[in-house]
Amino acid sequence: MTPPQRQRRQPKHEPSPPFHEDDLPSVTGERPPERLYILTGEDGERAPIDLVTLIVARADPPPSAAPEQSALIRICQAPLSVAEISAYLNLPISVVTVLLTELLTAELVQARAPVVRQARADRSLLEAVMHGLQKL
Amino acid sequence: MDFKSSDTITGPRTEDHLPHTAQAAAKIVIVGGFGVGKTTMVGSVSEIRPLTTEETMTQAGIGVDDNFGSKSKTATTVAMDFGRISITDQLVLYLFGTPGQERFWFLWNGLFEGALGAVVLVDTRRLEVSFDVMGRLEERNVPFVVAVNDFPDAPRYAIEELRQALDLAEEIPIIRCDARRRASSRDVLMTLMSFLHSLAMSGASA
Ligand SMILES: Nc1nc2c(ncn2[C@@H]2O[C@H](COP(=O)(O)OP(=O)(O)OP(=O)(O)O)[C@@H](O)[C@H]2O)c(=O)[nH]1
Ligand SMILES: [Mg+2]
Repeated sequence: MTPPQRQRRQPKHEPSPPFHEDDLPSVTGERPPERLYILTGEDGERAPIDLVTLIVARADPPPSAAPEQSALIRICQAPLSVAEISAYLNLPISVVTVLLTELLTAELVQARAPVVRQARADRSLLEAVMHGLQKL
Repeated sequence: MDFKSSDTITGPRTEDHLPHTAQAAAKIVIVGGFGVGKTTMVGSVSEIRPLTTEETMTQAGIGVDDNFGSKSKTATTVAMDFGRISITDQLVLYLFGTPGQERFWFLWNGLFEGALGAVVLVDTRRLEVSFDVMGRLEERNVPFVVAVNDFPDAPRYAIEELRQALDLAEEIPIIRCDARRRASSRDVLMTLMSFLHSLAMSGASA
């Protein structure tokens, strides 16, 4: 029996980031959620909220906070990724992103930016991950 | 509304808390067609019970400013399960099992962006269901390895035969695995990491 045959595809844009808003298929007539931005670092550099951005509460929920906001702050006493927040609150990522943007602006939570793949891969990061996997 | 009251929400169990020293997280995606073993692989290596996150999208031209948590009739929900592995006190790795339906791929825009790499799970009974996903990774320059799930009744092709059929370059690792076994899934992740490492060493832009 011979397996079906695939044909390899070429990169669309040279070393561009893996996904681009303008790559989005228009045929579906659907749109992706709005990308929202957060402030990270002391230098005030802006970075998008990612599924694996880690969120930590900076304070207790104020009495004025909406129930969703209070719940979010409560579960983030220890660092928690945006994806985990979405899972525990049972809310879609886009909704969590909106809540977080508000909480970050009010300085009620803090965000720790993810490690992302760069054009020049970070060897020490990969070595750390391999070392960690070995212990699994 | 999905959201009832903040009192009914239970967060992570105490033993699932990350240490306060956790500084950053990285992600890997596990992709493949329907029923190929994505959830099984996430679950077998994760230190937490796998969780599910979802994203909703609305048809163009219909209420874009949906109320929190409410789903209009035209909204589509796409779920994705994920797990976690603590690498060090500072670094955490997340694994996302991403659904294969191609028309939802753009939803995960932010997912592939920045992912260290991907594992493509293939089932030799239905190799072709993974073709599209591989092409999309190639188009977006996301490095990947191929893991062949050994289902008992599946045809067993030689690795070189699979490499030909999948039209994969010599350097792209293809390995057999049993996604139900932690050690086997761990080996797949390790293969991906050493592949990424070799790309970094060769100075190729990944
Ligand atoms: N023999 C064998 N069975 C497996 C393996 N991986 C998964 N299975 C079985 O295959 C079935 C489907 O696995 P899932 O992990 O649910 O697959 P999935 O890719 O998440 O499926 P969808 O999310 O529905 O697309 C389950 O009954 C698993 O027990 C494997 O490596 N070997
Ligand atoms: Mg699944």
